[in-house]
Amino acid sequence: MKFESKRGSEKAELQLTSMIDVIFLLLIFFVLTFKIAAQEGDFSIRMPIAGSGGNPDASKEPIKLRLRANADGQLSDIIVNGSLSFGNDWTKLRGFILQVTGGDAPPTPEDGPEVEIDLDYNSNYAYVIQAITAVTGQRKGDEIMRLVERIKFAAPRKAAE
Amino acid sequence: MQIRRQFETKMAEGDMTAMIDMVFQLIIFFMVLMNFAQDDQNDKVKLPSSELAKPPEASTDVPIVLNLNSDGTIYMGANVATVSSLSPLLKTEIQLLTSRNRTAKDANIIIRGDQSTPGGLVQDLIKKCQDQGFEKFALRVREEVL
Repeated sequence: MKFESKRGSEKAELQLTSMIDVIFLLLIFFVLTFKIAAQEGDFSIRMPIAGSGGNPDASKEPIKLRLRANADGQLSDIIVNGSLSFGNDWTKLRGFILQVTGGDAPPTPEDGPEVEIDLDYNSNYAYVIQAITAVTGQRKGDEIMRLVERIKFAAPRKAAE
Repeated sequence: MQIRRQFETKMAEGDMTAMIDMVFQLIIFFMVLMNFAQDDQNDKVKLPSSELAKPPEASTDVPIVLNLNSDGTIYMGANVATVSSLSPLLKTEIQLLTSRNRTAKDANIIIRGDQSTPGGLVQDLIKKCQDQGFEKFALRVREEVL
């Protein structure tokens, strides 16, 4: 009886040292490789190859958005439909889009107006994204209100222009 | 004598349960948070940010990620190219798609452009991909921290 109880207490004594070693090693590995990456999202752009298939609403003219840039690539002017100039104020552009869409999202992504972005070759890509942001939607708190779903690019301008 | 012996063994044991619980908890936390999709990302590319950027709900079908640096260098997986030397890489990609019974039209080209890249270069890149038959494009942006 005495022998049995002695054996029982030995059994409870587990060798944890090596396991803890490995676990700490894993922990340190994960802590060191941990990198807080910012969330990323996509803006989809449809660029069907010219001439393939009929454009469903070729009669509907897209809203033409022209981005002009100075020599450094900084935005100098936003022009809509060739005549309306918004300077470099994105809120004015969004106001215009809200006016056109009535502030409602199109029933399906295929419907609703289309925006064609025409930019100077050297204008910074960040401005292109700002333009797409101003046009595609509006953030209200946590909700995103979609405005224009269809975005395309005009033919690229040459570097010299 | 017997009582004393029992007491000694208890001292040597120590209660590790709570500590091991915590450590496992931490390991699981860091493992889950680790971003395994970072292979697509390139540290040299600083994405423009947008308040509308939201992580896609479903994973993109047949993604092809192109990292475009501000000097026009394109990083495609382990390959490095420029806009003019991209075609062979895209052709390899199309061959790969064909072997999987897909076409270039099914593929999604994800462009991770640097924010100071000339916009025209992005257009050139899109044009180049269009020439190979790709139709679906996505511009990747960073979520703006409000």
